[in-house]
Amino acid sequence: MKGADYVLKVLVYFSLAIGVVIMLLPLVWMFSASFKPLGEVMRTPPTWIPLQPTVNNYKEVFRQVPFAKYYLNSVIVAIIVIGSVLITSSLAAYVFAKFEFPGKQIWFFLILSSLMVPFQVRMIPLYRISVSMGITDTLFGVSFPWLVDAFGIFLMRQFIITIPTELIEVARIDGASEPLIFWRIILPNCKQALSALAIFTFAWNWEEFLWPLIASNSNASRTIPIGLQSFAEQYGSNVHWQMAGAVVAIVPLLLVFMLLQKQFVEGITMTGLKG
Amino acid sequence: MRLSSSQRETLWAYIFLIPTLVLFGFIVLYPFIYAFYLSLLEWGIFGNSTYTGLRNYADMLKDNLFWKSIGITLHWTAGVVPGIIAISLLIALALNIPTLKLKGTFRTIYFIPVVTNMVAASFVWRWLFEPTFGVVNYFLGLLGLPEPGWLASTKWALPAMMVVGIWKQIGFAMVIFLAGLQTIPKEIKEAARIDGASRWQEFCRIVLPLLNPTIVFVAVMLVINALRVFTIPYVMSAGGFTYGVPGGPLNSTRVFVIHIYDLGFRQFNIGYASANAFALLLLIMSVTIIQMKLIERPFEY
Repeated sequence: MKGADYVLKVLVYFSLAIGVVIMLLPLVWMFSASFKPLGEVMRTPPTWIPLQPTVNNYKEVFRQVPFAKYYLNSVIVAIIVIGSVLITSSLAAYVFAKFEFPGKQIWFFLILSSLMVPFQVRMIPLYRISVSMGITDTLFGVSFPWLVDAFGIFLMRQFIITIPTELIEVARIDGASEPLIFWRIILPNCKQALSALAIFTFAWNWEEFLWPLIASNSNASRTIPIGLQSFAEQYGSNVHWQMAGAVVAIVPLLLVFMLLQKQFVEGITMTGLKG
Repeated sequence: MRLSSSQRETLWAYIFLIPTLVLFGFIVLYPFIYAFYLSLLEWGIFGNSTYTGLRNYADMLKDNLFWKSIGITLHWTAGVVPGIIAISLLIALALNIPTLKLKGTFRTIYFIPVVTNMVAASFVWRWLFEPTFGVVNYFLGLLGLPEPGWLASTKWALPAMMVVGIWKQIGFAMVIFLAGLQTIPKEIKEAARIDGASRWQEFCRIVLPLLNPTIVFVAVMLVINALRVFTIPYVMSAGGFTYGVPGGPLNSTRVFVIHIYDLGFRQFNIGYASANAFALLLLIMSVTIIQMKLIERPFEY
C-alpha cells in the first residue's frame, strides 16, 4: 500500500508539473518574443532566451499605440461600472430582502428573469439608442449597458437576508432615518459581499470585448482589448510588436492579481458558488 | 398628512429602488422589447424598414448558415465544457491531497490564464499555432506527429481555438471545485477509509456524489459561456495576415455570436440579426430550465 501511495504521489507531481508547463508556455513565449527582432521570432527551432535581446519592440509599440490612453479608458469604464453596480445592487437588494410593498414580486421576478437574456439580444437596440443619444465612441457609451446588474442584485440579496431584521427594527425605534439605517447597518454588514461583487464585476468588465468593439471607433474610447485588436489589425504580421503589446496589456493586471490573490480567488469563489 | 407604517415602507422601498428601476428599464427592459420589435422588420437597401411579421424567423430556419453556426457553437460547447471539467476536476483533486506540497504555487499558476487578458492571450496563441514557425507544430514535429495548418485550415481552426478556451477557463473551474471539495467533511472520508474503502471507491461513492451540485453548477455556467463565445474565435480568425474575416477560414469558426455580429454590424441586416439573437435567447433559456430541473432532483447516495 505504501509503495502504491508513493507511485501515485510521483505521478501527481509529474502531471501537475506538465500542466504548469502548458499553462505557462504561451506567456513565456510571449515574453521571450517581445524582446526579439522579427527574424528571431520566426526561427525554428524557437529560442527561449533571446539571442539578440532588444527593447525596440516596446519603443515601437509605445510610439505607435497610445497604451496609456487605453489603460486610462479601461480604468474609467471600470470605475463607472463598478460604482453604479455596487450602489444599485446594494440598494435594490436591501429593498428586496427586507421590505414588503406592492409590486415587490413582479419587479423581483422581472429582474431575475433578465439573467437569462443574453447581452446579444440587447446589443443592437443598445447601439441604436446610443446613436440616437449621441454617446457612441464615448466612455459613457462604452459603460452604460452595464450600469445595473441583475446578478449583483441577486448576490447582495442572498447576503442581506442573513442580516438580523431586529437590528434594523431597533434602529428604527431609536429614530434612525431609512438612509442612515442603510448606511450604518446594511452596508457595513455586507462589506465582504460588496468586495466580492466589485472584484467579479472588474474581472469580466476588464475583458469585455463585444460591446466596446461595437461602441468605440477611435482612441477616445478604446479600452485595452479593443486597442490591442485595432493595433493587430493595422500591423498584422509584426509578431514581435504584437507580443510587446500583449505584455503591456497582461502584466499590470497579473501584478495586481499576485498582490490581491486571496481576495481575488475568494471573490470568484463566492460569486461563483452563490450564483 | 401622516403616513401609516406600511405606506412609509412602500415609499422608502421605491425611493431606494428608483435608480435600479430607471436603469433597468433603460438598459434591459426597453432594449429587450425593442429587439423583438426590430426582429419583425425587414431592412431595404436604402436603410428603410418594413414590417414583415415573423418572416425573419421563418427565413432563419431555412438559412444554411444559421444551422451551420449553431452546429459550430454546439461543437465548441461539446469540446470545451467536458474538457475544462475533466481537467480542472483532476487538478482540484490533486491539490486537495492533504500532504501535497507547493499547493499555493500550483493554484496560482493554474489560475493565471483567468486573469490574462483574453485578446492578448488569443494573439499569443495565434502565433503558437502558426503552421511554419509556431511552437505547437515544432513540438508535434519533435514527437513525429503530423503538423496541421491549424488556423489556416477549415478542419483544425476550431480545435485550435478550443484549446485556448480550455486553457483560459481551467483555473476558474478549479477554484470552484477546490472550494466545493473543502466543504466535504474529513470525518466521512475517514470513516470510509476505516471501513476499508479504496481510494477509487471513496472517490466514486463519497466525493463525486457530494460534489455533484458543484459540478452541475460549473457545467451550466460553462455551457452558457460556451454558447455565447465570441472573443477567442473573433480575435484568432480576424486581424491576422493570412486570415482576414471573423469566423474564417470559410466560416469554419463562425460561432453563433459571430454570426449575429456579422449580420447586424457588418451586413446591417438589423431585423434578421435580431431574430437570430432571439434564437440564442431560446438556447440559453432551455439550458437554464434544464439546470433548474437537474438541481431540483434530489441526488442519491
